[in-house]
Amino acid sequence: MAFSQPQPVAQAAAQSRAAHGTREPLSRAERTLAVFGYFATVYKRTWRGSVIARFLSPLFFMLSMGIGLGHLVNSRAGGVDGLPYLQFVVPAIVATQTMWVAMGESTYQVLGYIKWNMGYHAMLASPMGVRDVLRGHFLAIATQLVFATSVFMVVAALFGGFSSWGALWCLPIAVLTGMAFVTPIFAFTARQEGDDGFNILFRWVMTPLMLFSGTFFPIAQLPGWMQPIAWVTPLWHGVESCRMVSTGTVSWGLLAAHLAVLLAYAAVGWWLAERSFARRLVP
Amino acid sequence: MGRVSSYDQAGNDDAVLLRATGLTKRFGDFTAVDSIDFAVRKGECFGFLGPNGAGKSSTMRMVGCVSPVTSGELRLFGLDPATDGPAIRARLGSCPQRDTLDEELTVAENLWVYGRYFGLSRKEVRSRAAELLDFAQLSDRAGDRVEPLSGGMKRRLTIARSLINSPEVLLLDEPTTGLDPQARHVLWDRLFRLKRSGVTLVLTTHYMDEAEQLCDRLVVMDHGRIVAEGSPRELIEEYSTREVLELRFDADDHKTYAEQVAGIGERVEVLPDRLLVYTDNGDEAAAKVHAAGIEPLSSLVRRSTLEDVFLHLTGRSLVD
Repeated sequence: MAFSQPQPVAQAAAQSRAAHGTREPLSRAERTLAVFGYFATVYKRTWRGSVIARFLSPLFFMLSMGIGLGHLVNSRAGGVDGLPYLQFVVPAIVATQTMWVAMGESTYQVLGYIKWNMGYHAMLASPMGVRDVLRGHFLAIATQLVFATSVFMVVAALFGGFSSWGALWCLPIAVLTGMAFVTPIFAFTARQEGDDGFNILFRWVMTPLMLFSGTFFPIAQLPGWMQPIAWVTPLWHGVESCRMVSTGTVSWGLLAAHLAVLLAYAAVGWWLAERSFARRLVP
Repeated sequence: MGRVSSYDQAGNDDAVLLRATGLTKRFGDFTAVDSIDFAVRKGECFGFLGPNGAGKSSTMRMVGCVSPVTSGELRLFGLDPATDGPAIRARLGSCPQRDTLDEELTVAENLWVYGRYFGLSRKEVRSRAAELLDFAQLSDRAGDRVEPLSGGMKRRLTIARSLINSPEVLLLDEPTTGLDPQARHVLWDRLFRLKRSGVTLVLTTHYMDEAEQLCDRLVVMDHGRIVAEGSPRELIEEYSTREVLELRFDADDHKTYAEQVAGIGERVEVLPDRLLVYTDNGDEAAAKVHAAGIEPLSSLVRRSTLEDVFLHLTGRSLVD
């Protein structure tokens, strides 16, 4: 898991930014990568623990639901609409695990940088602004999502979880699904004083979403009044998109609508996060 | 120490790097900083002295361009923080009241990461970090995690980090609060060296000895306002007497004794545990107290300090 920071271009020609007087401003890319560089340094120390923790949960779900329960479903009902249960559930787990990664990265960690070790304050004392801090941190989390999703997908593929090469599209869709959770949760976290709100988020938002967003069974099995709840939350859209591309049954209009909802969550969340960060960090 | 000491001394030494006019900060209905004026010249050490809640940190956060000005004018290097915050911060060093180090990373990593925020190349960051760790007397801990370091070491690391961009003005918010006396002296020594190398220092403190040791000029703040301004010596001359006679009595309330010693010395201040008699000659005043038949448990003659200035200006002690 090597994170490397690109070398600035034409460094030799430029005057040092440690020389007194007016300093050459940093480009947006430089600012984003400087913040990303911090998180990369942190991950270099902690990735072993987090990769194993993140990888094991989806693996257990895949083994118990996909293979254990799947055996029952396949023998009694012939799979889900003819699809072997493992191939039904694996793309959905790909989308769902991003929600857990998002929770892990956007709650206690973020409150820590705001309140406890005040890492954001350290950044904001430098030329970095709130937008740079968010951009760099989101990039770091997106990178984590890429790694976590890739590792799981490789293992799931070895177990026969995918039936077509279209499944590769699950990776970008999963990252987008994760970001649709990350940015609104950032905005939420920046308004918390303690961790009480996180318990509510875990118990009353994340767990129900995992159970009722079509991960383990089609939402058509739910009572009619519950289905609209799945429609307005991001996870179902991620699950459906991943399932479509990996089973090769893509309905383009529907896929575009799902992705549009995910993009909207990520974009509105980003906007809200900028607002709550500015209010909290540079009062 | 190469780069730190190679500060460019040329140019106009009286240049004002920092100027505030009518500077005000409000949080809702609460006015933290109430229309203050001050100017900091290149190369000096300028202090804000005052008790907790006087508005020092709010002022420092505005000066550090991490808190917007509510009203009034603030200029650093001639630039306005509202429009040129990043350009100003690129030239500042900031040492906040609470250390904002990443304790999970190593000492050196904290510096490397921070240097990148200022756009320094990785090569430059590494060479500057090595010099600064030497300056902060932390070279032998470079590869260690920050978490187990002592409070004084973390503070020195925070200061080293704030110097990574070779700042022209270094902001220090309560630099030695929470440190033991020995660690404070080590830190003061480092700050003296910085000042001698030409770095302009702006600091807040509620320790009068720190202000006396470090500051060329300071303002005394109380309730968001500046109540006095000058060098430590000027302030003591203007607002206090040369000496102070401290009298302790065997009493819960020292007020009754204040009436007895009234007239001896220029004025008397009553503290919960002692009386302070302000006079130009402490021994003479002590003799008068004795001659009047008043018998304190103990008496002590000392020189006036900024603590006395503050007591006189506000009627309260600095450290509650």
